[in-house]
Amino acid sequence: MTKGFLAKNPSILIFLAALAAFTLLVTLGSEALGLSFISTSMVKTLGKILCLCLVALAMDLVWGYAGILSLGHMAFFAVGGYMIGMWLMYARTEEIVIAALAQSPLPATPEEIRQGIATQIFGVVGASDFPPIWAFAHSLPLQLILALAVPGLLALVFGWLAFRSRVTGVYLSILTQAMTLALSLYLFQNDSGLRGNNGLSGLQNIPGIGEPSQAAVSLWLFWASALALACGYVLLAWLVSGKLGSVIRAIRDDEQRVRFLGYSVESYKLFLFTLTAILAALAGVLYYPQAGIINPAELAPIASIYLAVWVAIGGRGRLYGAVIGAALVTLLSSWFTGGRVPDIPLGFATLKWVDWWLVLLGFGFVAVTLFAPQGVGGLVDKLQGLRNPDRKGAPLGPDDGSLQEKEAVE
Amino acid sequence: MSALLEVSGVSVTFDGFRAINNLSFSIGAAELRAIIGPNGAGKTTFMDIVTGKTRPDTGTVRFGERPISLLALSEAQIARAGVGRKFQRPTVFEDQSVADNLTMALKAARGPFKVLFWKETAADRARVAALAAEVGLADQLTRKSGELSHGQKQWLEIGMLLAQEPRLLLVDEPAAGMTLAEREHTTALLVEMAKTRAVVVVEHDMEFVRRLNCKVTVLHEGAVLAEGSLDHVTKNPQVIEVYLGR
Ligand SMILES: Nc1ncnc2c1ncn2[C@@H]1O[C@H](COP(=O)(O)OP(=O)(O)OP(=O)(O)O)[C@@H](O)[C@H]1O
Ligand SMILES: [Mg+2]
Repeated sequence: MTKGFLAKNPSILIFLAALAAFTLLVTLGSEALGLSFISTSMVKTLGKILCLCLVALAMDLVWGYAGILSLGHMAFFAVGGYMIGMWLMYARTEEIVIAALAQSPLPATPEEIRQGIATQIFGVVGASDFPPIWAFAHSLPLQLILALAVPGLLALVFGWLAFRSRVTGVYLSILTQAMTLALSLYLFQNDSGLRGNNGLSGLQNIPGIGEPSQAAVSLWLFWASALALACGYVLLAWLVSGKLGSVIRAIRDDEQRVRFLGYSVESYKLFLFTLTAILAALAGVLYYPQAGIINPAELAPIASIYLAVWVAIGGRGRLYGAVIGAALVTLLSSWFTGGRVPDIPLGFATLKWVDWWLVLLGFGFVAVTLFAPQGVGGLVDKLQGLRNPDRKGAPLGPDDGSLQEKEAVE
Repeated sequence: MSALLEVSGVSVTFDGFRAINNLSFSIGAAELRAIIGPNGAGKTTFMDIVTGKTRPDTGTVRFGERPISLLALSEAQIARAGVGRKFQRPTVFEDQSVADNLTMALKAARGPFKVLFWKETAADRARVAALAAEVGLADQLTRKSGELSHGQKQWLEIGMLLAQEPRLLLVDEPAAGMTLAEREHTTALLVEMAKTRAVVVVEHDMEFVRRLNCKVTVLHEGAVLAEGSLDHVTKNPQVIEVYLGR
């Protein structure tokens, strides 16, 4: 089976080879191990981009393959980040508090330590006690389980409610966006127990491993991100290559017909929605230690919209498309907003890329939608000389799956 | 002969318009039945009710030897209980190959996890090939079904129905857009299928219905107007007036 699977999907080997080569290049160029032509902050940026590629993969599965335009997957990503952030912040603060109390003549009691940590963490929001949701923050394994279980459960409950009442298309997108917004607004409150708009910070310091340099830490996290992306890619490629892939693409194209074949469309959607939420959360777990800080703005609905834009630009319905889209747009974005692109004086005004990058992205998105609806990944088909069947009529747009005009009228 | 499907006293109203009006219908376990009737008579709506797409306001729909009510089941559950359906316009998954379409329809477990770990066996492959041969698509297995001709799509859909191994088959205008030779093949296929299962065929083309050589039900304004052999119903003055006369 495995041999047939890889033989049938040569893109997997190409992808893994490219990822391995990239990882090697960054490793050699890093300040920690290599020739120091890639700065530590650049390694972090690249590691973060790998995590974003992983969420884009999840988004492609749920949108590109199954036709569910979710505008909530960055919320699952951020919730995963918050969960790991809680442990990072707790354990790091614990080290500091223990060190501080060690100077006092009497040995500190566990209660004193715990109180000290709480004061340190929650001082900014005027509290000095641990909210109940921090109950497991002292334990890395528990908090890691929560980091995947909480977003998974959230997706399961939300999806069950939405899919059971057969909410589809634009309405589902709006519903997922509302969920994201509600979550974000909740987290902005100081008494949410997650430090309100301060969010969690200092996440770049990994506790319990002594004092390694940030250069080393950034490289380890980069490797972990590359590994997660590789595993995620292989998992999803396997998932879409079999009969399940067939069924979910069929659901995207005509879910009513799939029901008449005896498949319970709702359970498939729920399965995919939950699975991709967990993948997104995993990406978040790896992303935020590299970002160093997380706050409720990360959950803003716009983040999830960007995610959809990456996948659309890369080409939905093909896994490498999602990766290409996410990598391309985020790299360009960090280049344009990093202030390294020279401003263009226009006489009456100056074109500042930091401000105008989003406009450029908008135009890029429109251009791809109009001129290359298959996205950048679609160019691969052109290179291979593949031709899509002439299905008569124009595509209907994202909400009706890949049905064409004439096929959609009953 | 006990009935496989028993529809009784069913009514459906769309925005105040009675599309189905106190309709009763039954069919045996191995029977071929043609349904004819003018446009808008409610033929497609009748199929919608049996397959769970439309819920009737009143009436009962019972299916099987130890009859179960289909009204409590979802579309997918009804399909798994053994009701297959072919639509008026061919609906195959155009983005996927003929083999993939047939494989998806193949009788097997339908849950997401079972499907995820499903592995194609040699027997499955052989079955798909046999089905494709039966509907004349043996050499098209690897083609995307979107590239097929209209008639070939109709057949692919019939092949998918066969793959599901339903006990009751509802077929809406199977011959639409087919050439004469294709129609003859389709008739033969339907007659053959009805030897082991119940088949309901909706068709406008009288020649086609005549070749099916079976009992005919005439629908009009959502109710049964006449029932019997084709010769019997075509002599019925009411049928002549509402359907044949125009
Ligand atoms: N979802 C719906 N909402 C409103 N009216 C409907 C709906 N479905 C069907 N109808 C109406 O019910 C009536 C019966 O329609 P149906 O499609 O069952 O007819 P039919 O016998 O299949 O006709 P044809 O021979 O044209 O296929 C028609 O007048 C149609 O307009
Ligand atoms: Mg009809």
